Amino acid sequence: MDYVYTFLIGGAICVIGQILMDTTKLTTPRILVIFVVAGVVLQAVGLYEPLINLAHQGASVPLPGFGYTLAKGAMEGAKEGFLGAITGAVKDSAAGIAVAIAFGYIVSLIFTPKSPLK
Amino acid sequence: MDKQEVKKKDVAKAYEKYSKQFTPKPTYFSNCLKAFIVGGLVCTVAYYVSNFLVGKGLPEKDAIIYVTIGIVALAQLLTGFGVFDSIARFAGAGVIVPISGFANSMVAPAIEFKKEGPVLGVGAKLFSIAGPVLVCGITSATIVGVIYWIIGLF
Amino acid sequence: MAEKKLGKQTVNFAQGPYVIGSAAVGGEKEGEGPLKSWFDLILDDDTFSEKTWEKAESKILKETMLLALQKSGKDKKDIDLVLSGDLLNQIMSSSFMARDLHLPFLGLYGACSTMTESLLLGSMLTDGGFAHNIIVGASSHFCTAERQFRMPVEHGNQRPPSAQWTATAAGSMLVSDQMVDLSKIGSVDDKQKIVNPRNIQVDCGTIGKVIDAGVKDANQMGSAMAPAAVDTILNHLEDTGRTIDYYDLVLTGDLGYIGKDIATDLLIDAGLDANAVKERYDDCGTMLYYREEQDVHGGGSGCGCSASVFCGNIINRMRKGELNKVLLVSTGAMLSTLSPFQGESIPGIAHGVVLETC
Repeated sequence: MDYVYTFLIGGAICVIGQILMDTTKLTTPRILVIFVVAGVVLQAVGLYEPLINLAHQGASVPLPGFGYTLAKGAMEGAKEGFLGAITGAVKDSAAGIAVAIAFGYIVSLIFTPKSPLK
Repeated sequence: MDKQEVKKKDVAKAYEKYSKQFTPKPTYFSNCLKAFIVGGLVCTVAYYVSNFLVGKGLPEKDAIIYVTIGIVALAQLLTGFGVFDSIARFAGAGVIVPISGFANSMVAPAIEFKKEGPVLGVGAKLFSIAGPVLVCGITSATIVGVIYWIIGLF
Repeated sequence: MAEKKLGKQTVNFAQGPYVIGSAAVGGEKEGEGPLKSWFDLILDDDTFSEKTWEKAESKILKETMLLALQKSGKDKKDIDLVLSGDLLNQIMSSSFMARDLHLPFLGLYGACSTMTESLLLGSMLTDGGFAHNIIVGASSHFCTAERQFRMPVEHGNQRPPSAQWTATAAGSMLVSDQMVDLSKIGSVDDKQKIVNPRNIQVDCGTIGKVIDAGVKDANQMGSAMAPAAVDTILNHLEDTGRTIDYYDLVLTGDLGYIGKDIATDLLIDAGLDANAVKERYDDCGTMLYYREEQDVHGGGSGCGCSASVFCGNIINRMRKGELNKVLLVSTGAMLSTLSPFQGESIPGIAHGVVLETC
């Protein structure tokens, strides 16, 4: 049953993105920003956690999940004091960000772009 | 002056409406269906792998991080091979909205600016699209953290 | 002596200038399109064995100009001036091309309208006696334009149906104040096997105004430029006192499928004969690719789109005598890389040039 929820919720979040792409003039970077910030805000008001519990990766793999991780870290850190509140955001997602930057940099240095023909 | 501005806007609006009738609409339904299925599959596979890792004795929190890292690395590799754009052309938001889209948006601009050098080319362009995402995400999360800290004081 | 100025926007040439040479080069994708047999050279590889896309575009433009020169039978020392432009910042491809060519050079920027802009200016300079032989041309490259104006090539995004495909192509013409006996030059009819090549002269030209209909969507270039094209065509007809059926063909630069439909509708709306418009009006952006098979959505765009179609397909069909009176209207979208972020709409421009066989 968990797998069904993962599939349904994950798919549904992507459909929201698709609708934004097709019906509005929003460019992809803006849509990415909207999703991440939406995840932060939803988690801040306590709405995203239940979704994660229900759909697991269906809610954490889409970009709002990234926002959720950031907000959750900050909120947990806030319990430890001011420094926790400002380090918490990046703490939990540090692994993802580090890999994205380091691996992305290496990949970019190795490969060359291809002319999009076929 | 103001009146002219208003008139300009009216013309623009009327022309936009007029030109719309000549513009073919995207195939909304099939685009959404593709995004739904591919996006759902990406998440389901991620969940499966995460469960598999937990079964191997990894703590759940670590398993989730490994899966995220895996998706990021895979998407960046596919971008390097020049296949990600073809996949995205088919699946649309199905691969753009998951974290794979974020990973792609880092490598895609960087890879093109190789000839401009490893520092100001690749290094700087790595963040031309992903930068705003990180900036907005981290800023808003930090604000949330500080607000929670203030609330916790009372 | 005939008036050199007609009406408000049109310049008139009494005799000549003549288009004595022309060449068109296309990239891989263009070489698979419906016009492949009209290109003088089709690239096997869009990098053209160069290290960067920008260098490739520069080389494409240079090769195109040298081919046009060679086909005209002239020598490099006969050339007084080179006029060209492209889409890149500081017209990089053209300037760097001119560095290699080592000829007097004036760089132009008219976005995708550069082909007719350069042809029109070249004709005026030769007609005015300021130069005898001028090479004019324009180029564009998908990869250079895309990374400057839109999204990175490898970025995963879906192109909306209205998005246009920047052509990897270049076109060049050699404008001269002297007619040449083309049948003696052999090389003109190499590929097309033209038996009795006609001479082509520039009859007149109409300089367009920048028209802004308030379109803000960079994926709607066709509808942003269509009003400018229509304005130039209508002013041209008024200035010259001609009707549209004077021409065998009226060809706009890169409005694409959507822009072509809008322009057709606007022209008919302006009171031109509907059948006459539909019979002779076409757009280069709709000619360069197969719409479905090549997945180009809104059609072709870029300086190279109109340049390669004019200099390849149109000139050769005129040499053959299939077309005799042609109105070419290259269309340009004068946006910068910054203006869309500042909320500016996209201004359009179009310049018309009339070519006639003689």
